[in-house]
Amino acid sequence: MPDLLLQKGDLQLLFDRLSGDGFRLVGPTVSQEAIVYDEIASVGDLPRGWTDVQAPGSYRLEPRSDEAFFGYVVGPHSWKKYLFPPLATLLTADRTDSGWAMHAPPEPTEKYAFIGVRACELAAIKVQDRVFLEGAYVDPIYKARRDRCFIVAVNCTQAAATCFCTSMNTGPRCQAGFDLALTELSAAFIVEAGSDSGRQVCGQLPLREATPAERAAAEAARAQAVAGISKRLETEGIRDLLLTNLEHPRWADVAARCLSCANCTMVCPTCFCSSVGEVTDLKGDHVERQRQWDSCFNVDFSRMNGGVVRNDVRSRYRQWLTHKLASWIDQFGQSGCVGCGRCITWCPVAIDLTEEVAALREPGP
Amino acid sequence: MTAPLSPTVGNPWLCHTVRIAAITPEISGVATYDFEFTDPDAANRYQFRPGQFNMLYLPGVGEAAISLSAHPAARRRWSHTIRVAGNVTQALAQLGTGGVLGLRGPFGSSWPIDDCRGRDVILVAGGIGLAPLRPVVYRLLAERSHFGQLTLLHGARSPGGLLYTREHATWNAGGVAVQTTVDRTAADWNGNVGTAVVLLDRLPLPRPENTVLLTCGPDVMMHFTARAALQRGLPASQLWISAERNMQCAVGLCGHCQLGPEFVCQDGPVFRYDRIAPFFRVEGL
Repeated sequence: MPDLLLQKGDLQLLFDRLSGDGFRLVGPTVSQEAIVYDEIASVGDLPRGWTDVQAPGSYRLEPRSDEAFFGYVVGPHSWKKYLFPPLATLLTADRTDSGWAMHAPPEPTEKYAFIGVRACELAAIKVQDRVFLEGAYVDPIYKARRDRCFIVAVNCTQAAATCFCTSMNTGPRCQAGFDLALTELSAAFIVEAGSDSGRQVCGQLPLREATPAERAAAEAARAQAVAGISKRLETEGIRDLLLTNLEHPRWADVAARCLSCANCTMVCPTCFCSSVGEVTDLKGDHVERQRQWDSCFNVDFSRMNGGVVRNDVRSRYRQWLTHKLASWIDQFGQSGCVGCGRCITWCPVAIDLTEEVAALREPGP
Repeated sequence: MTAPLSPTVGNPWLCHTVRIAAITPEISGVATYDFEFTDPDAANRYQFRPGQFNMLYLPGVGEAAISLSAHPAARRRWSHTIRVAGNVTQALAQLGTGGVLGLRGPFGSSWPIDDCRGRDVILVAGGIGLAPLRPVVYRLLAERSHFGQLTLLHGARSPGGLLYTREHATWNAGGVAVQTTVDRTAADWNGNVGTAVVLLDRLPLPRPENTVLLTCGPDVMMHFTARAALQRGLPASQLWISAERNMQCAVGLCGHCQLGPEFVCQDGPVFRYDRIAPFFRVEGL
């Protein structure tokens, strides 16, 4: 299918089409001085005319000089909050005369259309697919949500100072894993369909074939994102680098700065650690087992009856970084990092994992 | 190490319900619970391999990962030797015979019993670490003629901490030589004093290159056991340990039990020593 052109004024028709197909629309919107992902009703909810300015430990919204709908990079949210919900019921148990009756929770009935998924986020969804769907055990919560979602990707046309997707080979161009991918031009979107459902939706929209000039303009817009990326993570030999330097002095150095606040793991689009807790009614006759996002930066995360395994910040930061960039490769055949830069932006003390890795490449004193 | 025997089909979070059929007090704070499935079909399908564990679930309290300590050929009835240690095991200790709880499993890797055929086998167990090795003892006894010299070295902090002592005579008679030792002696104790590693140092090893060692106990005991075994000429590829970490999902999805690149719940708890050695004794990993 050739690249197609959607006039900006017709973007609402795409939203209407998806709503008509029963999808709840989730997309970028401005809330609490950030661009977050939330349910949206119309194009009016998009962060039109806003951009984000990011740096280590810093995120600011600023008005744009144009009326771009998707003229920002990524915010603190990621799509994992819809596919791997921060809180989910795994099992219910009801007391009976003879003991307990236990049941799986009902499958969700809602299905979501994600609007504005970036290339690094497509990669992150693929990373979590590997974790939750392609191992020895399938997570039923993730699967039920993943099977039902429709993905409208948007190619980046700019980069933040914290972006390094080019180092991780995850972007900025959306290559696969979407139903539709848009590239925003000044008056229109170039539309690519990446799936049968995407092609069906295209068939119901007033699209026309893009002209060579429009395709060239889209290419130029996407090239701006590549040109804007300044950060780099050297990944050559990174697995062995990290796992053979478990006692490197840099771990103590970063531990002196790290607050162990868990922000990096909460904003990370691939972090999947969770804890399970019990929620009961007052009589204890109805119990729900609930899974909640957890973080390897929390002290209790490694608690056993014999004590806490990772009892200092050094061991917890080391766990996070070695898992994300090294042991993830052993476990899942790929890096756990997609280069989105969120952990750098949202670290309150501006720790930059690319700098930490670079420092680990230096031999200790 | 071996792949999971029978991954829970479908939803890994679903529990079977089991009923406590019998409770046998062991040592102080430790009892063996026999469980029966309330669903006969689940009972017929259930099989485990020595070294694997179940998640035991008390609604409203939580889950605990507990290794199986039953005879691996047992059908319809399985036992776990459980030490009262956390909130789940404390609540379990309040239940009597007939009490109902949830069970998921079996999970994890198992001891390499088939690799032990034709070889001498040493089991080194510290305290309640003997519980996950008891199914191995039963298998070795059941197929005694397939193995060479068989030894169980069992250490405990005190004489009262030695586990399954009522069975030791049967095990000895069946061809598994049991040696016990305690860290702290007591008035009526005439046996060995010191760690199980001391027993290993003294044990004649006629053919170390053809000997397999399986160990379960505190990390530090397993570390020194492996070191002693290597010094005595056992290859690292013939040493196996059973690791313990915080486990919540048991299926490699929650992240808690990681030890370097390993998910202890799924890749372990039983590891070949040469695979886990680079990470096993790194402080705080």
